[in-house]
Amino acid sequence: MKRYIARRAGYAVLSLFLLSVTIFLFVRLTGDPAALLVEPGAAPGDIAAIHHQFGLDRPLYVQYVLFMWSLFHGELGQSFYYQTPVMGLYLSRLPNSLELASVAMLFSLVIGIPAGILAAVHVGRFWDSAGKLFTLLGLSMPSFWVGLLLILLFSVYLGWLPSSGAGTPWHLIMPAFALGWYFAAAHMRLTRSSMLEVLGSEYIKLARIKGLPQILVIAKHAFKNALIPVMTLAGINLVLMINVAVVVETVFAWPGIGRLLYEGIAFRDFPVVQGCVILGGAMIVIVNLFIDIVYAFVDPRIRLGS
Amino acid sequence: MSIQVDAELVAVAGRAPSRPSRRLIRVGDYPVIPLAILATITFVAIFANQLAPHNPEVGILTARFKPPFWVAGGTTEYLLGTDQLGRDVLSRLIFGARISMVVGFTAVIFAGFVGTMLGIISGYLGGWVDQVVMRLTDTWLALPALTFAIFLAAIVGPSMWNIVIILGAVYWTRYARVIRSEVLSLKEREFVRLAIVAGCSKWAIMRRHILPNVINSAIVLGTLMLGVVIVAEASLSFLGVGVPPPQPAWGLMLADGKQGLMVGYWWLTVFPGLCIMLMVLSANLLGDWLRVKLDPQLRQL
Amino acid sequence: MTGGAPLLELDNFSTHYVSAQGTRVVRAVDQVSLRVEAGETLGIVGESGSGKSTLALSILRVLPPAARIVSGRALLDGEDLVTKTDAEMREVRGKRIAMILQDPMASLNPLFTIGNQVAEPIQVHEHAGRRTAWQRARELLKAVRIPSPEARVRQYPHEMSGGMRQRIVGAIGISCEPRLLIADEPTTSLDLTIQAQYLNLLRDLQRAHGLALIFITHNLGIVAKMCDQLAVMYAGRMVEHGPVSRIFNAPAHPYTKALLDSIPRMSDPDQRLAAIDGQPPDLSSLPPGCAFAPRCGQAMARCHVAAPPVFVPEEGRLARCWLTEPPLPVSAPARDELRVAGGAV
Repeated sequence: MKRYIARRAGYAVLSLFLLSVTIFLFVRLTGDPAALLVEPGAAPGDIAAIHHQFGLDRPLYVQYVLFMWSLFHGELGQSFYYQTPVMGLYLSRLPNSLELASVAMLFSLVIGIPAGILAAVHVGRFWDSAGKLFTLLGLSMPSFWVGLLLILLFSVYLGWLPSSGAGTPWHLIMPAFALGWYFAAAHMRLTRSSMLEVLGSEYIKLARIKGLPQILVIAKHAFKNALIPVMTLAGINLVLMINVAVVVETVFAWPGIGRLLYEGIAFRDFPVVQGCVILGGAMIVIVNLFIDIVYAFVDPRIRLGS
Repeated sequence: MSIQVDAELVAVAGRAPSRPSRRLIRVGDYPVIPLAILATITFVAIFANQLAPHNPEVGILTARFKPPFWVAGGTTEYLLGTDQLGRDVLSRLIFGARISMVVGFTAVIFAGFVGTMLGIISGYLGGWVDQVVMRLTDTWLALPALTFAIFLAAIVGPSMWNIVIILGAVYWTRYARVIRSEVLSLKEREFVRLAIVAGCSKWAIMRRHILPNVINSAIVLGTLMLGVVIVAEASLSFLGVGVPPPQPAWGLMLADGKQGLMVGYWWLTVFPGLCIMLMVLSANLLGDWLRVKLDPQLRQL
Repeated sequence: MTGGAPLLELDNFSTHYVSAQGTRVVRAVDQVSLRVEAGETLGIVGESGSGKSTLALSILRVLPPAARIVSGRALLDGEDLVTKTDAEMREVRGKRIAMILQDPMASLNPLFTIGNQVAEPIQVHEHAGRRTAWQRARELLKAVRIPSPEARVRQYPHEMSGGMRQRIVGAIGISCEPRLLIADEPTTSLDLTIQAQYLNLLRDLQRAHGLALIFITHNLGIVAKMCDQLAVMYAGRMVEHGPVSRIFNAPAHPYTKALLDSIPRMSDPDQRLAAIDGQPPDLSSLPPGCAFAPRCGQAMARCHVAAPPVFVPEEGRLARCWLTEPPLPVSAPARDELRVAGGAV
């Protein structure tokens, strides 16, 4: 198991390295990164300072080292708009994003897993078809449109829920639903196919042959096995939610990371945009590593090293 | 006894085909409704100039926020109402179809081309080439697609063709992954081994033996990606880093529609979203159908 | 076969797979009749795809959704299993009829301990408490000769070898003292030495518990060693049924004969192994006559036209072949006319 974790950690480090190289090269790809890294309309002196700070006249690998140095020591650079380090801004918004993503995730799992199991157990029959329709709609309706429709219905016409902002649990309901909607469909689809695969396995056949009641076969023998891929996806999706929430957060003016990214675009605040990408990618790599390790603890085959 | 058995069989066999759920989506063996929707959108996109009743980019400020014609205050002059600048919603939707089609198809084809080529090369050559391409693919897959696209858009600036390139750059990894794993299994097949024994060059094998066998998967994947790409384009435009105004992209229309949302100008929000949904839904249905039809191996996807 | 009520009797039993559109029907098991007496061992042999496993799963009614039992009865102690409710069937499965599946590597749930999985049927069927059930599980592991069962019950399937896992599946099988144990090719994935051990274990268990055994295999050598009765299946149908020794001495059906000729015999180094030409038929489009006729060296014209019913060539044996038809009161010339170009087909 130690070797397994060490190998996964190695992959994660490699991914982080490639990630930073990718971002680094893209910023330089368009010509003069100084143009992106100084405020619009900055004095020539500022541009020269950037040139010096990033060593833009020196070989590429030196530039990379300087880039990494400035990332770590400058806390991902200074936001033009807020005049504070991007890292601090990001961390101050993270709790809001996590709150939204957690509720959206909870919602997507509470809907997606039972619906997926229902569809798998009734494969080819009514509940399966109904589930299929639900998945299609879920995967085809853009989350920001769902959000706008919710505002139209619940804020404008019914006046039940606040249309924007944060603070009370009421503020959370619509953004979480809009964000979780797509993922509920994705989780349902995976639960269904994973459950179908498990239900076709030999050990489920043996469980039936043992004479176990249907509920025990499904709830004990199939559920735990079928859930492993779903939980993996859910783990990745939680991070993905934080990152794709940008549209939903924009619709509902939810003060999370997505909103920060949107402000980065709107105010032409490049360090903020760059910081959001780097941290978003890094978060996914690290969560993937974390999931691999959790996997190792859930699945005795990995835990006991085979 | 055998008569009874046959009667049973007929009873059993007779139950299955009369499922209503299938009938809704497809007639015969073709997914008629999604094909019809996509054909309509394509037709509208091609003949936008002839079909649109008004100029989509120029409005009459005195005719702002007119509701659709069947609502009190609406006129048949503007069938689906007007927006905050007095532009005709229907005309903007029609020209928006053109943008969605062009961006969607070119981005999917661009991403498909790059991803398929890299997938074939990586899978067939193996070794360090494979390592490099796959590590790159993994890393890029780790970047959240929308955030990555926003980042790229912030670097290169918004324009319709930049969006195509950005979406291609973000989504080629999906193809590379799938195609590579298919090439890995194709590589072990008899006909490829025979070609190697017969002295075909690596490039000839990739072009003549591998490519034709993975093209089905690439098409299926492309159809499924069409929906993803259209939503991504709409999201970028909605956020203001996609197609720049005053062009009538559907995502941009939704962003504009927000201004009238709180006062209940629903048509500015409902119609563009409905168009996106119909197009994505059709692409997904068609993709699912193609997947079953062309490539049973991709069913897990 | 002796008289009296058998433990299990299948009567004209058929299981078909019906495709989703209902257009394709695969006759996996077709009009099978056979019987198993208490305490005796029945071997079922046939090529892969001949419907052996489907037959076994049909008896327990553990079938995939596309499969349906379309006709016949399956009488266990005179009770028809086909008409039982699902709840009643659960009382049969594991308690009165148990089954060992083919693949020991896949038939244990990877996420639960051995003890949990062995104790489970005892808890469910005998409403035993966890402690009692686990105690029984340890005894069962000892009975199937698993060393240090105290430690093993707490381990997971992947920590055991294939042979050990298959013995655990055996332990699960006998956990509720069933009357009948169905073993579906239980040794095919085991090493040869372990196969012999496992077969001995099954025999010992059978003696100790008075089990009847249905032994599904394609290995006639195992049948010779293990079984009292033999049923031969071809293309979903049972083509021959009777005592092993009598069938081995004088097979009634040409297919059985061909199978026996394909076994290598140590005593005869010059023996030519006879392969059976051709392929088994597609079960969704069976020929109108006897399914074996296209490959049969003794096929007659009528074999291609009409499927033979079940004949009784001698007391205690059944065969589905026109050759075993009892002599009819037909004139000799007419019979000769019917027997056209036997080997030519």
